[in-house]
Amino acid sequence: MNDMQPPKPPSPTPHFVSSEPWDPYVDDRLTADQERFYMASQWKLMWWKLRRHRPAVICGIFLLLMYGSTLFSEIIAPYEQQKRNIRFIFSPPQAIHLFHEGKLVGPFVYGVTLKRDPDTLRRVYTEDPTQVQPLRFFCRGEVYEFWGLFVGDFHLVCPAEGGTFFLLGTDRLGRDMFSRIVYAARISLTVGLFGISLSFILGMVIGGIAGYYGGLADNLIQRFIEILKSFPHLPLWLALSAALPVTWSPLLVYFGITIILALLDWPGLARAVRSKLLALREEDFATAAVLMGATPKRIIGRHLLPGFMSHLIASATLSIPSMILAETALSFLGLGLRPPMTSWGVLLNEATDINVVAVNWWLMFPVAPVILVILSFQFLGDGLRDAADPYQ
Amino acid sequence: MLRYVAKRILIMIPTILIISALVFFIINLPPGDCVTSQIDELLSQGTADATAKADALRIMYGLDKPLWLQYVNWVLGIFSGSFGLSCQDATPVSQLIGERIALTMVLEISTIIFIWVVSFIIGVYAATHQYRTGDYVASFIGFIGLATPNFLLALVLLYVGKVYFGISIGGLMDPEYIDKPFSWGKTASVLQHLLVPVIVIGTSGTAGMIRRLRANLLDELQKQYVVTGRAKGLSPFKLLVKYPLRHAMNPFVADIGNILPEVISGSVIVSVVLSLPTTGPMLLNALKTQDTNLAATFLLFVAVLTVIGTLISDLLLAALDPRIRFGAKGEK
Repeated sequence: MNDMQPPKPPSPTPHFVSSEPWDPYVDDRLTADQERFYMASQWKLMWWKLRRHRPAVICGIFLLLMYGSTLFSEIIAPYEQQKRNIRFIFSPPQAIHLFHEGKLVGPFVYGVTLKRDPDTLRRVYTEDPTQVQPLRFFCRGEVYEFWGLFVGDFHLVCPAEGGTFFLLGTDRLGRDMFSRIVYAARISLTVGLFGISLSFILGMVIGGIAGYYGGLADNLIQRFIEILKSFPHLPLWLALSAALPVTWSPLLVYFGITIILALLDWPGLARAVRSKLLALREEDFATAAVLMGATPKRIIGRHLLPGFMSHLIASATLSIPSMILAETALSFLGLGLRPPMTSWGVLLNEATDINVVAVNWWLMFPVAPVILVILSFQFLGDGLRDAADPYQ
Repeated sequence: MLRYVAKRILIMIPTILIISALVFFIINLPPGDCVTSQIDELLSQGTADATAKADALRIMYGLDKPLWLQYVNWVLGIFSGSFGLSCQDATPVSQLIGERIALTMVLEISTIIFIWVVSFIIGVYAATHQYRTGDYVASFIGFIGLATPNFLLALVLLYVGKVYFGISIGGLMDPEYIDKPFSWGKTASVLQHLLVPVIVIGTSGTAGMIRRLRANLLDELQKQYVVTGRAKGLSPFKLLVKYPLRHAMNPFVADIGNILPEVISGSVIVSVVLSLPTTGPMLLNALKTQDTNLAATFLLFVAVLTVIGTLISDLLLAALDPRIRFGAKGEK
């Protein structure tokens, strides 16, 4: 039995074996998708996360539209904001119709006629179904000064020649409510933005000093913040805005109010900056920067602040609505902006007398944009706050 | 504990002093004083001795002295029980505001009780029924409540009450009880009228409180000891109330400090809208006419109320939570 043979070479394995040399780093290599994700900047990550938050996106778009509209108030509003239509005082909203006696006419309104109620002497406006006043779009209408710079007469929508178009009624001087609300957005919305920028700067500087230097400065600032925070804001705001001289021009009053709003709003931001700085300045990279001789200004601005900028922006967004609201409340009480400056609060100031409002209910319309804008900022701020932590 | 209380009370004094000084100077910032407007009227009528009268009035109200001396006099006056004269009709401030301050306190305390009771019930319900319909409804209402400014809500309610129910919500008692001495009928009337302002002022605070309580309780309910307790057969009631709820209640008490300023701010503006006989409308008027003594007294009162409220909440918290009592050193 000497048929010993050399062992057969092993049969080829049933599965595929690559003949290429093995790459020990194969697991560490990233796909294009992963690469995009890992290399993305903080802001990009934030944006991706925010995009998934549906309500925040919708509210963000709504706010963009609102702010966009303030650029073109003159074009969007069919009337000039101070234009008095003496024949239409407290005229109710005119409904937009499409069909007249079963026929399609396109968007139009019925003309209104004024009668006096013989008993109460109240003005009664009735729709006159014989007067069909088709709306004109992209039309030439009332003349305005665009941003006070040049004269124009182009409007998105105008009433028919010789007709009227009061979408939301008129006020006690016969001014179109819709146009006034459109113009007022310019003031109401920017108050929040200017105010928050101011309080942002104040908060960063003061919080930065407290957090970076610590010690006595920190202690003093902390006590001061505690006092400011423990006091109800509205009475202080009232006192401060009552202190604005009556002789000031409306524009000065506007800036005065913005500053007043910012003066009481910064403590929240300053606290956030301080606590973050206190934590971050102990990190190794901060020590390294100190050892390399960087100035405190550079360390705070260049190395520490960017680390939590996103948080700050999120919390700033959340405090814009309170500013808009404060301005509205002050103007509503008659201590904020004064006519001819028009904000939503100034418009609502006309709705303080409940007996007037009970008859002319359309004076309450400015409530709607206020609530919508505040809700939107609230949702957007919530979304931003969640997104500010992209690594979570 | 005693040391803690003493420390807290000591901090209170400078706080109140700083706020009162701040407020006093702010009111006096604009040019002119409360006499100016009154004298302007006299001058326009051509009264010959108007300027002499103005000087006499200024001396009577102490407006001829420098501002800091006015402030010092006012503060010293408070210690002897006088808040100075109101500049409008020369009546003592304390006479003008006595009842108003009492009603304001009634309003504010009821609002806080309202916030507590309602947010406690809804918050616990929402946390124990997470992701059910009730939870969503509560969250939704809470969000709307947070976003709707209370004076606009008051305006809308006032309108609805007037137009649809034909009732006037404003005021704090039925007209026949105004200026009448205390009686049960009056108390009942006040309580009835209190309901709307309390709800209006309380909504935003309630909404915030529900959110916090729900989040805290949810955190607590997920902890190990709850699971252990359940595994050992503890009754569901005890498992909720005895341990997690007590823990979650902690911020509930701590938040009075935040809620109180909010409630006071809210009550000022809401009482103007609803024309309640509280401090709000009078403060507004005093500020507009630069009636320094009246306005400063109101604001001082607001400050004292806030500071005392915060103090009470801090003391309660210290009583509840030993970590705070001992300066949070044992933590970590």
